[in-house]
Amino acid sequence: MRPRSSTPRTPGADLPEHPDFLWRNPEPKRSYDVVIVGGGGHGLATAHYLAKNHGITNVAVLEKGWLAGGNMARNTTIIRSNYLWDESSAIYEHALKLWEGLEEDLGYPILFSQRGVLNLAHSLQDVRDSVRRVEANKLNGVDAEWLEPDEVRKICPIVNTSTDIRYPVLGATYQPRAGIAKHDYVAWGFARRADEAGIDLIQDCAVTGFATDGNRVTGVQTTRGTIGAGKVALCAAGHTSVLTDLLGIRVPVQSHPLQALVSELLEPVHPTVVMSNAVHVYVSQAHKGELVMGAGVDSYNGYGQRGAFHIIERQMAAAVELFPVFARAHLLRTWAGIVDVSPDASPIVGRTPYDNLYLNCGWGTGGFKATPGIGWALAHTIASDEPHPYVAPFSLDRFVTGALVDEHGAAAVAH
Amino acid sequence: MQLIACPWCGPREEVEFHYGGQAHVPYPDDPGGLSDEEWAHYVFYRDNPRGRFAERWNHSAGCRRWFNAVRDTATYRFERVYRLDDPKPLATELATSRRNTAR
Ligand SMILES: Cc1cc2nc3c(=O)[nH]c(=O)nc-3n(C[C@H](O)[C@H](O)[C@H](O)COP(=O)(O)OP(=O)(O)OC[C@H]3O[C@@H](n4cnc5c(N)ncnc54)[C@H](O)[C@@H]3O)c2cc1C
Ligand SMILES: [Zn+2]
Repeated sequence: MRPRSSTPRTPGADLPEHPDFLWRNPEPKRSYDVVIVGGGGHGLATAHYLAKNHGITNVAVLEKGWLAGGNMARNTTIIRSNYLWDESSAIYEHALKLWEGLEEDLGYPILFSQRGVLNLAHSLQDVRDSVRRVEANKLNGVDAEWLEPDEVRKICPIVNTSTDIRYPVLGATYQPRAGIAKHDYVAWGFARRADEAGIDLIQDCAVTGFATDGNRVTGVQTTRGTIGAGKVALCAAGHTSVLTDLLGIRVPVQSHPLQALVSELLEPVHPTVVMSNAVHVYVSQAHKGELVMGAGVDSYNGYGQRGAFHIIERQMAAAVELFPVFARAHLLRTWAGIVDVSPDASPIVGRTPYDNLYLNCGWGTGGFKATPGIGWALAHTIASDEPHPYVAPFSLDRFVTGALVDEHGAAAVAH
Repeated sequence: MQLIACPWCGPREEVEFHYGGQAHVPYPDDPGGLSDEEWAHYVFYRDNPRGRFAERWNHSAGCRRWFNAVRDTATYRFERVYRLDDPKPLATELATSRRNTAR
């Protein structure tokens, strides 16, 4: 017998144990009380709050790909609540308060960093709109300040505040409690909690059709068989229309590619989040060190999860205009998600022509920040069959009544 | 960069064009007779298919003329460009043209 030390070892045998999986990978059951279509941030948060706030755990989240591989994996993670209208600041501020306690609630690190957001103003009209928004925010209890250019420079020294550039910085709104978080950790934290509560997270399970009986949806057809459902909630973001078309419901959203990019890893250089609608870019620096940038959607409808390169070129040109120091940074990676844009840049949430079908879409370019807030309010809506006051103003019928919540000013480029 | 074939100018770079959304959405024949719901559909609702979509495009940095196109929203491939006064191409016509142009 050879000495033990020279016994051939199985490759990898000396590696540490595989860490515990964050969720099971269950087979779908025949039916559930609640079926959530879409395992992005919103679907997972809704599952968590159904269990936590309402004790509803006979729930499945059905995801056509892998968990949180859609916009949840692709967004630039800006979190803020400085929207103009009462309806919006109510739900976004509720979300922000939940973010502030989320790490504890989930028992999972989410790297929520309240480093503040500057929304730059570059024209007299920008200044007027921004000051108005600051005042509206204050009235709604949202932390907001108007900053003059020298105060902007104090908070973010690398922003070009010289007066001789094409779009000089005339000031900025500042929300100190705003910031960024680690999107994947957020999704995994919600998933782990939902799974612990007994909720089935089912991946590789695309919903391809619905079974209906009169005004009720009785189940969903999927690539893994038919699954019965007491209630169904659609959390499919950019693919919402594909699902509602199957049900004969029209929803006023258009799906667009939305791109973003990161630079190589750099030393800490950018202490906050800066957004500019006029120069058309926003930038933060992720924990690891890459500069994260984004801007507006590609103009055409698209489901391809990719966009045109001239959009990326423009984002980088805008970034260099605002931050001359970035001229030497290298582009590392670009990507796109598919976002569901509504006519008034506000979400569409609540009841549908089917009694037990709930809609959650239209978050477009800005739904990451809402993740805990919408999960919380949608869970309430599903559990009580009654739109929570936070989502009631965002019903589908506002396009008939005309009670739009026009957030183009706060949401156009700004996510 | 993707080239788009303007029916008047020929293939030009995508940056020269402006997107106009869904094509063939006529102004209501009897505007005064429309219900609020019908107005909502005219003003706010557009189709949003994954796949073939008939759209309006404007060659805004070229001849500045509008035209229609059938484009696949999943592949971004243009299957047909045609003039505003041409009828919407039938699916069967597109199927053959795709075979002819596919290399
Ligand atoms: C580049 C980019 C940058 C962004 N930046 C920000 C930002 O800085 N701040 C901010 O607040 N928001 C931002 N957003 C928007 C934000 O990402 C979205 O509004 C939000 O993620 C949408 O909710 P979700 O997480 O549930 O969506 P998703 O993660 O897209 O989840 C939807 C899920 O549904 C699944 N699905 C679709 N169809 C089916 C089906 N038939 N069957 C089963 N599953 C299905 C999809 O696979 C997907 O996983 C950004 C988005 C993008 C693309
Ligand atoms: Zn032309």
